[in-house]
Amino acid sequence: MSDGIGLVETKRVVVFEGEDPLTLESGAVVKEVEVAYETYGELNEERSNAVFICHALSGDAHAAGHHKGDDPQRPGWWDNLIGPGRPLDTDRFFVICANVLGGCKGTTGPASIDPDTGKPYGLRFPLIQVRDLVTVHRALLRELGISRLLAAIGGSLGGMQALQWSIDHPGEIDGALMVAASARLSAQNIAFSAVAREAIMHDPDFAGGDYYGTGKRPGRGLGLARMIGHITYLSEESMREKFGRRIQDAELPRYGFDVDFQVESYLHYQGQSFVERFDANTYLYLGRVMDYFDPFSDPVKVQRQLARGDTGFLVLSFDSDWRFSTDHARDLAAELRHAGASVTFREISSPHGHDSFLFPTPDYHQTVAGYMDRLASAAGVDD
Amino acid sequence: MRPDLDIVANLVGDGQNVLDLGCGDGALLETLIRKHECHGLGVENDLDDFHACIDRGVPVTFGDLEEELPRTGSGSFDCSVLSLTLQAVRHPDRVLEEMRRVAPRQIVSLPNFGHWKLRADLAVKGRMPVTSLLPYEWFDTPNIHLCTLADFEQLTRQAGMKIESRILVDGEGRRASAMTGKAANLLAPGAVYSLEG
Repeated sequence: MSDGIGLVETKRVVVFEGEDPLTLESGAVVKEVEVAYETYGELNEERSNAVFICHALSGDAHAAGHHKGDDPQRPGWWDNLIGPGRPLDTDRFFVICANVLGGCKGTTGPASIDPDTGKPYGLRFPLIQVRDLVTVHRALLRELGISRLLAAIGGSLGGMQALQWSIDHPGEIDGALMVAASARLSAQNIAFSAVAREAIMHDPDFAGGDYYGTGKRPGRGLGLARMIGHITYLSEESMREKFGRRIQDAELPRYGFDVDFQVESYLHYQGQSFVERFDANTYLYLGRVMDYFDPFSDPVKVQRQLARGDTGFLVLSFDSDWRFSTDHARDLAAELRHAGASVTFREISSPHGHDSFLFPTPDYHQTVAGYMDRLASAAGVDD
Repeated sequence: MRPDLDIVANLVGDGQNVLDLGCGDGALLETLIRKHECHGLGVENDLDDFHACIDRGVPVTFGDLEEELPRTGSGSFDCSVLSLTLQAVRHPDRVLEEMRRVAPRQIVSLPNFGHWKLRADLAVKGRMPVTSLLPYEWFDTPNIHLCTLADFEQLTRQAGMKIESRILVDGEGRRASAMTGKAANLLAPGAVYSLEG
């Protein structure tokens, strides 16, 4: 593998403001929207080689390379997929990744200042949907002078965005690649999401979402939410291999209610490090975005929409993922096919559970690379 | 493309929604999609072939056709295709039954184990036959359920399927000479069936 793309930086652009505010799917209005984004590679003359990365719940715009001053050993979250010679080859493709609406990594969200009050939105930020996330991505593309995507790709919530985008805007995306994604959350998924939300909202420091500027944040609640989430991202096998029943920093158990097992220590660490880098309100909003996602609620309309374009779909799942299991992916593929779409599907063997979409499993990367090659040659990108 | 696939493509016809079971490198589906205005889906469990399908832009599910078929909705296709694959499945009778369930028309091509040359190999040489349509040695063959044309036709009768047409093919999969029809089960190296019901 090559060395990757090296130094990158996050850029910002205001995509809605003044006379042109963002009207959400719900009808609510967000007066000003700024987007944090990164790009890798060069847009070709025909503007036909753009690939949009949609990130998952806890992701951000920093998908590849490293920022000045950062540890080069800790590059962007999808660096193993993006770069020269990698499946999303930056020698051929112009790759864009943006923090989503409602996020806390530079794009307008609940921590942003509400121009009406001069204070952070908190829970006064309107509820948003996957559609709204897509609206803001498209506004960014408009700023960049791009009207058509060679591909939109994402894992988990990212795959949901690629899916909604391709349904709502036929003819805009050549290929939608959805990894470890789902067309609708199951009761079990929503149940886990509910527990995470309760944990945050019952933290005494949550203060109804208005914890900004108080010097306190709902760290215990958010940490707990992350611990719960993290359990669902790993597989039983990967936990067994990683931790087994080993004791943290000792041979023998200490017997007590404090952290004793390695897996407990790991989860605590995950929870705490997440608190340092993530906003609790964003977790609530994006959690709800996923809970309510239901792009096939009107299958006849989906059929009509897809018939107007010719987007091809690649649906990938992982055999150890029990959050969005292969059943989710099969249902997604079947619903798309029922609506007349061309769908290629594969379940990939990987031990890393839902998180598998972040790992450079060769079977997975070869499939993505092969699909991208096909999209590129069909669009004449390499000519 | 293999000549027998040309015959299959013509039998499928235009504008059909086709399920190609064991679609190989996707050559048939590519022809159907490009030249016959068909929609389609392949099922393939060989990784190189799966990637070849992606390369051709042919939609495909990676998996075992005998596991994928039961997951496929009843009547969700116009036509199901099984080309030179029936002999390699674990349960040919169940596969035929499922092909009927998912599509009102079924196209099946198969090598004929009753062909005189194969009979002669066994009878005279006492060795398992190796031919252009059955190119494997007995120890590495994926073909575990070989049958003659007569066997296959009996199975379709038992299942209540109607043979709408039968095209006999030679060892290269091309349409066989008219003579062959005089004693198909002895003279035809293989056949392509179009079934209904």
